[in-house]
Amino acid sequence: MIKFQKVSKIYPRNTIALEDVSFEIKEKEFVSIVGKSGAGKTTLLKLLLVEERPTQGRIFFEGKDITKIKSGKLPEFRREIGAVFQDYKLLPSKTTYENIAYALEVIGASDQEIAGDVPKVLEIVGLTERANNFPPELSGGERQRVAIARALIHRPEVILADEPTGNLDPYHTLDIIRLLLKIQEMGTTVILATHNREIINSLGKRVITLENGRVVRDEEKGHFIL
Amino acid sequence: MFTSIKRIFKSGWQSFFRDGGLAAATVFILVLAISLATSLFLFRGLSQFLISSLKEKADISVYFKEEVPEIDILEVREELAKVPEVKEIKYVSREKALADFIQRHKDNPVLMASLEKVGRNPFLASLNIMASDVGQYQTIANFFEKLAFENLVEKVNYYQRKPVIERIFSLTSTINQAFLFLSVILAVVAILVTFNTIRLAIYNSGEEIKIQRLVGASNWFIRGPFLVQGAISGILAALICLLVFSLIIWGLSPKIEIFFPGLNIFQFFVSNFWQITLIQFATGILLGVISSTIATRRYLKV
Repeated sequence: MIKFQKVSKIYPRNTIALEDVSFEIKEKEFVSIVGKSGAGKTTLLKLLLVEERPTQGRIFFEGKDITKIKSGKLPEFRREIGAVFQDYKLLPSKTTYENIAYALEVIGASDQEIAGDVPKVLEIVGLTERANNFPPELSGGERQRVAIARALIHRPEVILADEPTGNLDPYHTLDIIRLLLKIQEMGTTVILATHNREIINSLGKRVITLENGRVVRDEEKGHFIL
Repeated sequence: MFTSIKRIFKSGWQSFFRDGGLAAATVFILVLAISLATSLFLFRGLSQFLISSLKEKADISVYFKEEVPEIDILEVREELAKVPEVKEIKYVSREKALADFIQRHKDNPVLMASLEKVGRNPFLASLNIMASDVGQYQTIANFFEKLAFENLVEKVNYYQRKPVIERIFSLTSTINQAFLFLSVILAVVAILVTFNTIRLAIYNSGEEIKIQRLVGASNWFIRGPFLVQGAISGILAALICLLVFSLIIWGLSPKIEIFFPGLNIFQFFVSNFWQITLIQFATGILLGVISSTIATRRYLKV
């Protein structure tokens, strides 16, 4: 489903973020990308979301080379992906309900679909009571659940989660990870970038380890080893 | 398509009211810009009034010799009427000139006594001529230099009044040029200030625009609500300006008329109401929408 082929990303002043990275992710997989800060995890996810373009190599998404996507076609491509970020990236002037509905509005879903789907997803993430609150009125854990709800409402093929628990306490961390596992069980590919040792060791899923921009390990039932 | 447009309008409307402070600042700056545009329009009306009243004060008079019969003078008038530069000719007979003098100076015993001493009508018949343009008086003066008129004409007062007429002529063209220059400078300042205010307002939304791009929103779906907000600000600012200007002009008009008799600025405002309304709404909406378009562009590159 996703294929990185000898991908390198070099930022100005010769800062190497990724070097010769190759791997493949199958449909409905749960893959964790681990590594120290600056190992290249975020860059890797940015390349998948075409927020950045690689300096070398090719990246395929469902057979299409996404490194060659034109800027005008990006919105269409991004609708196939759901993204969750460490800093939540919610729209501050929209309520919980509106933030989630926004992902459906951009794909042109009807008002009836939105009115039917948003309450269901709010229930899945346990935020029915918070539907009319604005992001600043929510806790960190709640905000991240809104972000996840927004990422999954349009039923994307894959969900990218970049350090989704980075700003959360252990209780909420567990909450979010359970949610991501549930999403994967429902049939969505999940790519999780994290440096949280406990999470990785408890998951028992595939782990790709990055070090200085290179893949140093890729294990089916991996552990956090740095 | 229709659903998207509906959502863009709804979102723009919502954001306008939710970002109360920023919206108020934008409306305030737009009010200033629109007021400037309206003032320039009104000033143009005022300066045109002053120019035309100055021009009306410029004329030349041709005095005919005492012995020239009235019928000859009227013939000259007919001849003169064929000159395209002539706008208006007024014939003042010797009797009319005397009557006018007496009417004007009847309270001045010295003048009246001198007139009595002269014992006859000392005034000459004249043609008072107004040209369609201040620059044309020389042509009209030349008309009387023809040989045929030499025996009829006593004097043409253009040559005494020439410096005054020329000064009026240069003053009106200076006013026009200064007005154009001032309008351009003020319009540029208004556009830059408005653009920068809207740019700063949208700067706060830069992160939001990037998020919308990452969620898969198309450029127009993101930009649309900002344009709607810009347009709402423009409409609101135009309405405020229309109200404020109506009240100010209604209140000030009688006072201005004291300084410039014949200039009814309220009448000018009422007779140009639709034009002024159009200028205000067009300025507000265009400034709001164009500034928003330019300001959002840089954030849409993600």
